[in-house]
Amino acid sequence: MSLSTKMPGLTLKNPVMPASGCFGFGKEYSQFFDLNELGAIIVKAATREARYGNPTPRVAETASGMLNAIGLQNPGVEKIIDEELPFLRQFDTPVIANVAGSTVEEYEHVTKALNRSEDVSALELNISCPNVKEGGVQFGTDPELAKEVTYAVKQASNYPVYVKLSPNVANIIGMAKAVADGGADGISMINTLTGMQINLKQRKPIIANKTGGLSGPAVKPIAIRMIYEVRQALDLPIIGIGGIVTAEDVVEYLLAGANAVAVGTANFQNPLACPEIIQALPDVLNKYGFESVEDAIGKGHEA
Amino acid sequence: MITKQLLQIISHVQIAEDTFEVVLQSSLAKELKPGQFVHIALKNHMLRRPVSVAGIDKENNNFTIIFKIFGEGTRELSQFRAGDALDVILPCGSYYPLDDLQLDHALIVGGGIGVPPLYYLAKTLKEKGVKVTSVLGFQNKDQVFYEEKFQLLGDTHIATNDGSYGSQGFVTDIISGLPDAFDYYFSCGPTPMLKAVTNQLEAHNGYISLEERMGCGVGTCYACVVPSKTDPTKSKKICKDGPVFAANEVLLT
Ligand SMILES: Cc1cc2nc3c(=O)[nH]c(=O)nc-3n(C[C@H](O)[C@H](O)[C@H](O)COP(=O)(O)OP(=O)(O)OC[C@H]3O[C@@H](n4cnc5c(N)ncnc54)[C@H](O)[C@@H]3O)c2cc1C
Ligand SMILES: Cc1cc2nc3c(=O)[nH]c(=O)nc-3n(C[C@H](O)[C@H](O)[C@H](O)COP(=O)(O)O)c2cc1C
Ligand code: FES
Repeated sequence: MSLSTKMPGLTLKNPVMPASGCFGFGKEYSQFFDLNELGAIIVKAATREARYGNPTPRVAETASGMLNAIGLQNPGVEKIIDEELPFLRQFDTPVIANVAGSTVEEYEHVTKALNRSEDVSALELNISCPNVKEGGVQFGTDPELAKEVTYAVKQASNYPVYVKLSPNVANIIGMAKAVADGGADGISMINTLTGMQINLKQRKPIIANKTGGLSGPAVKPIAIRMIYEVRQALDLPIIGIGGIVTAEDVVEYLLAGANAVAVGTANFQNPLACPEIIQALPDVLNKYGFESVEDAIGKGHEA
Repeated sequence: MITKQLLQIISHVQIAEDTFEVVLQSSLAKELKPGQFVHIALKNHMLRRPVSVAGIDKENNNFTIIFKIFGEGTRELSQFRAGDALDVILPCGSYYPLDDLQLDHALIVGGGIGVPPLYYLAKTLKEKGVKVTSVLGFQNKDQVFYEEKFQLLGDTHIATNDGSYGSQGFVTDIISGLPDAFDYYFSCGPTPMLKAVTNQLEAHNGYISLEERMGCGVGTCYACVVPSKTDPTKSKKICKDGPVFAANEVLLT
């Protein structure tokens, strides 16, 4: 059973990677399992300067999911290149750097800085973080801006660029086409959906930022629908994200048209989520009549 | 090294109103230090629940946690029984740096569900020959637990908010009446209490342990940060750099 899959800049031994923001820079989870087992690793967002992020509480639990408003806290791209990424060199696992910013210039700056790192195989352009006031969200909801920032980053980058789409839009196909026009090598989807939860006793939103991004199994049907639509409309590789907990979830994403997947919130519930999914994947593929990962990709469209 | 284990519950008893003491069997019990916590998975919840270590039994490879029903997760935890198994990540977080401290007399200040980790601390201090004075605050009489156990370790004072037991008022009221003759204070409880205590004891060296809502519990998600006191644009992670901090290390807001 072959689990391998190929995408621009990425030859993956299996299609499973941890999602950005849910795995830090790998160190903590390397205590639980051998990171060589992963298809790739998508690390936490990098911005030009260090960012402190939003006030706490930053997370709340919901039915089948969670809300977060971390606010892209990170030590800044230079520190990430010098102090975080070299640790991942010891593993035979490609690293995807997640690039964030508030202006096109900041995205370009972070992208160019990452060109000097030897530890990166691809970029994931985060134009979809709902938790920062300036930047992030407009880029992910306005097709013109999305195209512009994709183009700028693509020009600046030595690496293939995957653009991470926001689900907080009415027309996901329009957004996918816009970043394709901007030169994206691939798409990753979805980021979190803006949500809110109110504490009855305190009569106020639980998260200090008031709104947060919803993730976890609650968002999976939305992600599957969006990937299915985008796969039908255009021919770019897709990293599928949202609520993946089991190998069955992964196969569902492959059927919808994803070429690989990223696992986010499930890591918090079970630090062994990724290796356990990878281990179960061959049997699940086999059970549903697939000979390999590549064999399953897009098969949900044939009926 | 941090690990995920499936742990058997040896005993599960109620010790005060909505408050439960649970003993768990684990090969890692003896590695759990005062101040550390464990991160517990629950079937009906996406996120784990952090609970402090309240004591260990080295010989028998087990440790104790004490928790109070606060919401749905701790309610689910209250319904387990001896013989059931819990999915636990351990050991988590930092601990009181007892080996590095010159200590003859320690002041322990706990509030409500901040009391359990301090029991393990007080017991460890007593075993090291340190004199322990404890000041414990609870909401009311029905919530008081472990008073006798603390008394066995040293002078113990109880305050309740409504005066239904011990002296009426806050732990800070009791502290103002105590002699100043301790080397370090150690405090755990709700943030408003920690703020009052650290202000009151500003002239002393102290350690506090903090709570914040957690995503991962291991240091990857940045959910649980607290600003650094020396540079408020920088932060510490409560799950990894904490929950124990030197009192002058973090900014309580
Ligand atoms: C390091 C640490 C040690 C702790 N030790 C103890 C202990 O020894 N005994 C004890 O009774 N309690 C302890 N707590 C608090 C305990 O974790 C919360 O009461 C519990 O998570 C509440 O969960 P719930 O589902 O009952 O409440 P809900 O309100 O339904 O929980 C919803 C979400 O909020 C989180 N949450 C709610 N309150 C808190 C809180 N005060 N701190 C952190 N997360 C919270 C939950 O984990 C969950 O993600 C500790 C917290 C931390 C951070
Ligand atoms: C705590 C947290 C932090 C996140 N941080 C980032 C981030 O820095 N960059 C990013 O592109 N996505 C970030 N995300 C979004 C995830 O990568 C993922 O797209 C989303 O959570 C949906 O997947 P899931 O349901 O498997 O968690 C974050 C999500 C969570 C829960
Ligand atoms: S809870 Fe994730 S970093 Fe502390």
